[in-house]
Amino acid sequence: MSAETLTPPTSPPTIPSPPPPHRSSRARREAVRGWLYASPTTLFVVFVFLLPLLLVLQMSASDWPLLSGNQGWNLPENYVDAVDHRLFWDAIWFTVKYTVITTILLIGLGLGLALLVQESTRWKSLLRTSFLVPSALGLASASLLFYVLYSPYAGPFADLMQSWGFTFLGTPEGALWSTVFLIVWRYAGFYMLLMLVGLQAIPDDVYEAARIDGASAWQTFRGITLPLLRPTFALTIVLCVTGSLLAFEQFYILTKGGPDNSTMTIVQLIYNVAFQGQNNLGIAAALSVIVLLALIVINMFQLRAFRRTDED
Amino acid sequence: MPAMSAQTLPSSTRLIEVQPSRRARRSPAARIVFGIPYAVLTTALAIMFLYPLIWTAVSSVAPRAGTSQPEGWGLGNYAALANYQAGIWVYLGNSTFVALLTVLLTLVVSTLGGYAFARFTFPGKNLLFLTVLAILMVPYTTLLIPLYVILNAVGLSNSLVGVAIVLTMFQLPFSMFMMRISFESVPRELDEAALVDGATTFGALRLVLLPAVKPGLITVGMFAFLAAWNDFMAPLILITDTNRMTLPLAVSNLRVQVQGVIDYGATEAGVVVLALPCIVLFLVLQRHYVRGFMSGAFKG
Repeated sequence: MSAETLTPPTSPPTIPSPPPPHRSSRARREAVRGWLYASPTTLFVVFVFLLPLLLVLQMSASDWPLLSGNQGWNLPENYVDAVDHRLFWDAIWFTVKYTVITTILLIGLGLGLALLVQESTRWKSLLRTSFLVPSALGLASASLLFYVLYSPYAGPFADLMQSWGFTFLGTPEGALWSTVFLIVWRYAGFYMLLMLVGLQAIPDDVYEAARIDGASAWQTFRGITLPLLRPTFALTIVLCVTGSLLAFEQFYILTKGGPDNSTMTIVQLIYNVAFQGQNNLGIAAALSVIVLLALIVINMFQLRAFRRTDED
Repeated sequence: MPAMSAQTLPSSTRLIEVQPSRRARRSPAARIVFGIPYAVLTTALAIMFLYPLIWTAVSSVAPRAGTSQPEGWGLGNYAALANYQAGIWVYLGNSTFVALLTVLLTLVVSTLGGYAFARFTFPGKNLLFLTVLAILMVPYTTLLIPLYVILNAVGLSNSLVGVAIVLTMFQLPFSMFMMRISFESVPRELDEAALVDGATTFGALRLVLLPAVKPGLITVGMFAFLAAWNDFMAPLILITDTNRMTLPLAVSNLRVQVQGVIDYGATEAGVVVLALPCIVLFLVLQRHYVRGFMSGAFKG
């Protein structure tokens, strides 16, 4: 998400400036006060955000085992090792595939659910709440919940799985789609909410005009709802793509990357390289930097694409 | 709880209302023809969304061979959960501590910061605000790996305070944005009157502005709590001592308790304990949850 689009409307113009002689000292006093109130924010931004960001760059160019710390520069070895990792391209391919599937499903279902519950009746409020309840759960809790649900021993489908001889998480395809289902269950309500906010922003008289012109429901949907929802689509797609590319918890808990490393996402690969087995923070940092750059490029590309279609 | 939720549910999503005009104009016959498939479809969807939650809650107290509740209904699984390693109270305590500290830090930092951004002009103001928003652009892992090294270096390894500090940083973009627009929507005359009356800027903030931005504070606090209570990855990377683990981490580890045999019953109980506070908080504060989105905080 570009920072630019998030900036709130600038504060209202300041009250007519006080007489000139006092102005500079007053402005200085105000600046000092402003910095004072902003100092906790500055501390957090500098020490918990910017410093780690610089350190990850240094780590990605250094030999840095988990236990013994910095062993000196080794550019570009970590980057070469990262790209040469035997699971690197598989993980990228799987992450992209997973991202495309979840984004299409979540955007489609989010819009579908929003259209189903748009008007305000008692029943529809209840529906909205029931779609939204899963999104109050943490992703880890939801994953643990489905871990039991998918289990061939304790899950509600255990008997069915035994008699039909299938498992949810036993095959690569099964594991992928089972995780996708979990994510759709957990996030569909959230995307519905964003779509509802977008639908609400469409003025009613546009629909009124279409109705007077005799447009059918489908024509109205295609000609009015979809085009006017474009800013909402831009936001939800950017959010969904970013979130899915960084998928970790759901796979860590449900599949551990298995079966046979078939559901290894790129963030899982980073975690494994850093803390499990290889214990190499340098290569993990190099992978993190690659992911960060890829994410920036992808988001810039997406925002530019949406802006261009806006201008058409 | 039933009485409260019955009261909350119908009204709380009313913030999002689209005029009930379009469909209502259909003839009664059409309404029945369209109405029946609609009712069936939406009921099925509602069941699909609620079933996993209800199933887990029910089967956590239901009898099942191979769990701690082999026969009859009861709380055996919760007892097993309570006695897991350091005991569930330790993990609940850890999670509560991290969540409350994160809420406190987030509220203090974003209130002071939001006030600064909304009411003062100072050099570097826009740069600082944009940097806060840039946190959104950086993947979680990209920061957690160097943070692991930094926290170790300053003696906050294995520390719940360290986890709370990291989680607060990840909350800043949303909460800072939220508090800035909350302060900006309060008329300037309000605090300027207090300043003219001789109050300090801090006095104006405390006595005049804080009550006015209370809805923003509730929204920010709720999102911070949910994020911190549920976070998995930060404690996974930053905490290695089993006595300092938070609840999601403990429940996730408990699955492989005894010789690789998975205790599904205790896992179900753990999910219920994890989910219950979130669902209650969500139902009680649903209005604020929706408001978080309405505020345009995520608007592109």
